[in-house]
Amino acid sequence: MKYEPVIGMEVHVELSTKSKVFCGCSTNFHAPANSNVCPVCLGMPGVLPVINKRAVEMSVMVGLALNCTISRWSKMDRKNYFYPDLAKNYQISQYDLPLCHDGFIDIKANGTSKRIGITRAHLEEDTARNTHTIGGGDSGVDFNRCGVTLLEIVTEPDIRGAEEAFAYLTELKQLLRYLDVSDCNMEEGSLRAEANISIRPTGTESFGTKTEVKNVASFSGIQKAIEFEIARQAKLIDEGGKVVQETRGWDADRGITFSQRAKESAHDYRYFPDPDLVPIVVDEAWEGRIRESLPELPQARRARFESGYGLSAYDAGVLTAEKEMADYYEAVVKQGCAPKQAANWLSVELQALLTEHKQELTASKVTADRLAAMLKLIEDGTISGKIAKEVLLDMFESGKEPKAIVEEKNLVQISDTSAIESAAREVIAANPGPVAEFRSGKEKTFGFLVGQLMKATKGKANPQMANEVLRKVLKETE
Amino acid sequence: MSNDWYKKTAHEIRDAVRAKKVTALEVTESHLARIEDVDGKVKAFTDVWADAARNQAKAVDARIKNGEDVGVLAGVPIGLKDVFCTKRGTTTCCSKILKGYRSPFDGTAVERLQNAGAVFLGKLNMDEFAMGSSTENSSVQITRNPWNLDCVPGGSSGGSAAAIAADECAITLGSDTGGSIRQPAACVGCVGIKPTYGRISRYGLVAFASSLDQIGPFTKDVEDTAIALNVMCGRDPKDSTSADLAVPDFTKSLKADVSGLRIGLPKEYYTDALNAEMREKIMDAVKVLERQGAKVVEVSLPHTDYAIAVYYIICTAEASANLARFDGVRYGYRAPGVGSTQELYTRTKTDGYGPEVRRRIMLGTYVLSSGYYDAYYLKAQKVRSLIRKDFTDAFEKCDVVLTPTSPTAAFKIGEKSANPLEMYLSDIYTISVNLAGIPGLSMPCGLVASGLPAGIQIMAKPFDEETILRVAYTYEQKRGFEMGTPTAVK
Ligand SMILES: [Zn+2]
Repeated sequence: MKYEPVIGMEVHVELSTKSKVFCGCSTNFHAPANSNVCPVCLGMPGVLPVINKRAVEMSVMVGLALNCTISRWSKMDRKNYFYPDLAKNYQISQYDLPLCHDGFIDIKANGTSKRIGITRAHLEEDTARNTHTIGGGDSGVDFNRCGVTLLEIVTEPDIRGAEEAFAYLTELKQLLRYLDVSDCNMEEGSLRAEANISIRPTGTESFGTKTEVKNVASFSGIQKAIEFEIARQAKLIDEGGKVVQETRGWDADRGITFSQRAKESAHDYRYFPDPDLVPIVVDEAWEGRIRESLPELPQARRARFESGYGLSAYDAGVLTAEKEMADYYEAVVKQGCAPKQAANWLSVELQALLTEHKQELTASKVTADRLAAMLKLIEDGTISGKIAKEVLLDMFESGKEPKAIVEEKNLVQISDTSAIESAAREVIAANPGPVAEFRSGKEKTFGFLVGQLMKATKGKANPQMANEVLRKVLKETE
Repeated sequence: MSNDWYKKTAHEIRDAVRAKKVTALEVTESHLARIEDVDGKVKAFTDVWADAARNQAKAVDARIKNGEDVGVLAGVPIGLKDVFCTKRGTTTCCSKILKGYRSPFDGTAVERLQNAGAVFLGKLNMDEFAMGSSTENSSVQITRNPWNLDCVPGGSSGGSAAAIAADECAITLGSDTGGSIRQPAACVGCVGIKPTYGRISRYGLVAFASSLDQIGPFTKDVEDTAIALNVMCGRDPKDSTSADLAVPDFTKSLKADVSGLRIGLPKEYYTDALNAEMREKIMDAVKVLERQGAKVVEVSLPHTDYAIAVYYIICTAEASANLARFDGVRYGYRAPGVGSTQELYTRTKTDGYGPEVRRRIMLGTYVLSSGYYDAYYLKAQKVRSLIRKDFTDAFEKCDVVLTPTSPTAAFKIGEKSANPLEMYLSDIYTISVNLAGIPGLSMPCGLVASGLPAGIQIMAKPFDEETILRVAYTYEQKRGFEMGTPTAVK
């Protein structure tokens, strides 16, 4: 039988508030274990949580970017369960009244555009981190992460395959990076994604039994896990079996999902409103101020790059994929450089160097100012494109100004006709054989002679002029 | 000069210390000696901080010598219910599960008292985690009523109440979730107030039921209550539920004038169920106020009958979550020799809590459980708002509501401990005040035939502690008798 996959995603994002969501502790990920802790996030007796206003603002930013309705009135609830990574043995979260709800995000997958519904985005606190490697059979708990601001974003079951899931995660991450609300680092756990997967015979409407795939460390891992899970469920049903509702892990080495916890042992979380916190009220004025503070979002920027700079959809996509890249590009263009040339030098030439040296654009010695200065040297004829590659490499390594490199290495392009002419005469005199061949009608030899001319000028001759002048002198000396 | 400073009120001590008629150290020594004398019988203290108190008193004296303004509680000896987080000593809520636990911080109320020049004498006994009405649920000891050592001092702040009645402290601090300040104040014959919810920051008060808990003082007279409130009330950024309202000078309410004041007597409280002797004492007090120009009106609080049920659903639900953190992982008692995390939790909690605390955690877990939430917790919240509305309506017709604090005088030790439901009924007149979030004060209105104190409760609109204090002060000035020193500690 042919099946259609039905997938909903749950993404947990650590918001990059400077302090935790209910206390003043730092959220620095790299601090020594249990150094960013206080009585509040350790759940000591007698403490009370106080909500971080910035956490609410950042959540609303995400909600607005996801086209959600922002609740005028929402509240925090206690989610009760026992686990050593939970200081109070309840997590402060949101149950029936999430801060943001009923939104959507548009994604591109398999060449077409598609709208994915966002059910809700709610605020909560992160848990601590348990480690079982401290020896002596003991486990340790690092509470640095306990109380870090977490936003849970839940989609409708609108996703129809692994590619769409990948596209959704990519688009969402891009949005979060543009909003500058999270570093979205999956390895450090600041972005965690889970997929609820079921299948149904193509053309039917009712939902099949779903499994939940958790603890996957990368987007491509999730894509593979979903592909595997769809196939596993289809085979199971085809063979007359039944899908069991359960949580499944992903074994990246073996490329399989495996059963972790059956739903029967699921918790009763006994949610109830947290009496220690007052309702979160986001009035129209506050929402308005947050909306005004939103930066330009990726889709809008992509469209503007196409129409404003005359870039192809592909180039606009590449340049806006990362906010840093798009900002860099615009800083270059703002200095008066031709948009298409700037796009090419950034996304091809500089990007190749970055990839080769595994370097971040923002850490590169080739700043936007320097690249713009180099492009201007090409535009005003000071250097040729070929020489520019040499200059770029030098800049990339030394961080020197392009002008200084050009002067230091004497790379200024020769655009003086008489200088090129005398070099051409020397080349003709030194290569009687090839000249004779050319004159006998072998046009191919002309390329060789141009090469000789460039060599004689150490590559600095303006290439177009070199062509014209050589032809002229060959004719004159015939 | 005979060192009987322990008999004095806080304002008398404060005035004398400021006027250099006595040193804070002398006052502290007087109280420490008194504790030495009587606490063996009363058992109010679980921990006496004798040396630390002397040092604190000396520091107050040194500042006075330098001409500094030490504050409105200069040299006043204060005792703290063991539910308050203090850097000094331990903070155990009289539970085995927190035995030896040392808090890394002082709570806001404690900090404010200290900044006003108070001298802390130590920690006072309580029902474990403030759950009880007799202080018999303490894992440490049973506190005795200074009027009759065979009787309970009420609870859960029984140690705080008994320490005032026995003249061991000038002021003590308690917490009141369903009557835990007012009922023991009535049992031992002192003044105790539960301010409006949000008046005093709860930061540093170990939570029992967060939407009901409030901190309040026990004092020997109404003036001391006003002074203590002046020190402790007001917004605290560490407690989101603390009210962002200006705090009046409560000592300005100490005027013996109630002319034109309307006293509401809710008919649901004055039924046949009320002990006749207790009713007589309350009516005597009402007459004193009437003679001063107050008018009596009958009011109705129609949802009173549901208060106990609503209370025991909400407070247990909140407690089940609040107490979840005591699990043996990070601090406090940890059951030895456990093999799994599950066993760690179960054994730690089973061994660490007393039976009443376990009972309430189980009740609270049950009422929040899937399938029961709507029928219990949600419905209780709805009825709670009806109870709140009862009071809003009543205060359209009157300025204060007067009721007995407790249906009976203090009962015998052991009398009700076998029957939790009967014990819960001790709070029948006090819990509506917590559910409505309004302020309520209890003060003595004489002795019943058995020689035990009777208490009258005065309630007012939210944040109208001023009217309560004015009525209480008028009654105190005009009632025409003194309670005197309790018989068992004379
Ligand atoms: Zn913290």
